[in-house]
Amino acid sequence: MITARGLARTFKTRTATVEAVRGLDLDVAAGEIVGLLGPNGAGKTTTQRMLATLLAPTAGTATVAGCDLRADPVGVRRQLGYVSQAGGTNPGAKVDEELITQGQLYGLTAATAATRARALCASLDLADLGDRIIGKLSGGQRRRLDIALGLVHQPKLVFLDEPSTGLDPHSRANLWSHIRGLRDQAGATILLTTHYLDEADALCDRIFIIDHGVIVASGTPAELKRRISGDLVTFEVDDVERATAVLRDHPEARDVTAVERGLRVTVDRGEAQALPLMRALDDAGVKVGSLHIAHPSLDDVFLTLTGRSLRE
Amino acid sequence: MLRDAMIIFRYQLRLLLREPVWIIITMIQPLLYLALFAPLLEPIAKTQGFPPGDAWQVFVPGLLIQLGIFGSMFVGFGIIAEVRWGTIERMRVTPASRLGLLLGRVLRDTLVLLLQAALLTVIAVAFGLRVPLAGALVAVAIVGLLGVALSSLSYAAGLWLKSEDALAPLLNMVSVPVLLLSGILLPMEFAPPWLRHLASANPFSHVVDGSRAAFRGDYGASSLTIGLCAAAGLAVVGLLIAKRTFERESA
Ligand SMILES: Nc1ncnc2c1ncn2[C@@H]1O[C@H](COP(=O)(O)OP(=O)(O)OP(=O)(O)O)[C@@H](O)[C@H]1O
Ligand SMILES: [Mg+2]
Repeated sequence: MITARGLARTFKTRTATVEAVRGLDLDVAAGEIVGLLGPNGAGKTTTQRMLATLLAPTAGTATVAGCDLRADPVGVRRQLGYVSQAGGTNPGAKVDEELITQGQLYGLTAATAATRARALCASLDLADLGDRIIGKLSGGQRRRLDIALGLVHQPKLVFLDEPSTGLDPHSRANLWSHIRGLRDQAGATILLTTHYLDEADALCDRIFIIDHGVIVASGTPAELKRRISGDLVTFEVDDVERATAVLRDHPEARDVTAVERGLRVTVDRGEAQALPLMRALDDAGVKVGSLHIAHPSLDDVFLTLTGRSLRE
Repeated sequence: MLRDAMIIFRYQLRLLLREPVWIIITMIQPLLYLALFAPLLEPIAKTQGFPPGDAWQVFVPGLLIQLGIFGSMFVGFGIIAEVRWGTIERMRVTPASRLGLLLGRVLRDTLVLLLQAALLTVIAVAFGLRVPLAGALVAVAIVGLLGVALSSLSYAAGLWLKSEDALAPLLNMVSVPVLLLSGILLPMEFAPPWLRHLASANPFSHVVDGSRAAFRGDYGASSLTIGLCAAAGLAVVGLLIAKRTFERESA
């Protein structure tokens, strides 16, 4: 459904050149729910905007829904439903009006668009709001309207850019089941971005983790979790360099990162493996000041994969 | 393309009709123009060098063109708001034609302008204007073409600048010389030769002369043909520029 090779985009601002996306290879099969996961500024939105024909790539090629991105943008648009990160509704328009106009722009008749709008409103908790002026909706209601607008024409490919921002837990769960329904009942393919690991985990068949415009890891949630799960053991040491050299080759240490005045080591079971690691350091003559075992949080997952914290 | 234009036209018109204050203001505006300017008219018409024709026949076409300029010029602010809301981007991902998205908006603006122009002419008749119906219709059509040109250009400028703070000074900078050099406010017959040459390079001055000829019922006048051609030319150029801007990726 999507094949991208070497997709790249550079922005030139007055003061700097930003390489937002740097050579992305992406394959998405029909009927998959795929997530782009990454911290702020990773290039998720830029990637989606390129694939949605809104932004011309500075390099690379892509085929989306069977149409070449550069040669047949209208072909891509016809089959795509796109919900942008910031949404896009006119605060002076009414909910129904916006949905029906959107449907008409995709070639539906006003009557068909109205029927679809009603059904979508019902399943996205927007029923009875059809006559409401959009400016008077709550933030979460407006977000659900954004999503409905991307779905009125029943696209076979859907891009959702952080669909659940601003939604309460109930609406989020409801949105997830709606997205699953799109795939299970309508056979749609979905590419969504998020920086919530739980969302990616609950929803996606496959995840691409991107950072600084490149894919740093990809796989099913289970595969990724296996890679990034485990416990984190932090040692405070006097000689970080030597300690790193010692532990890097240790069979039980999966990942070694230098942190302030110490080392962070990923292992399968922290309680059982911390002591053997400490002994190894001791044998090599490294003094260990303290030891701390932690079970990874979402933030640690990012730290391990991207070297950056999700909390900035 | 036309279908897309009609969808956008109806949508935009419905949004506009939802603003009662706006409707009242646009309808009162022509009346206000007339009421404020009419008292100045008789004394000025007696001045040496005043253009040919009855005072009303000179004055009302000028007012119509001015309405056309000021009624259309500021629509660019609307598109900046739409860019900010994200609605433009949303519509750009649909298969709708870019030209259709533009035309629908321009059509809405032009319809409003035509209604205002017709209203102004009718009110002017009540004030004492005598004008042949065909001439009035031609003049209103010229205003419509001007509206197409200026609202297209205003949308293009809005999309280009994407900021109200940049658009406002630009419009000010353009509108004042265009207005002065068109002979709407002060007849160019008073102007020294260099200024007159400058004015004759301003298509709007030909548009004004053309509508004045139409109001006199002087259908054979070359100024009418030139005026019509100038208005149509402006409309085509405006649409082409705006179309290119709508098709740009960053728009
Ligand atoms: N129009 C633009 N001009 C200049 N720089 C831009 C532009 N759009 C994006 N960028 C830069 O490109 C980088 C990637 O941005 P992008 O919006 O794709 O990130 P993201 O992964 O969607 O982040 P977030 O989680 O915050 O939405 C950022 O550094 C951003 O500042
Ligand atoms: Mg983003």
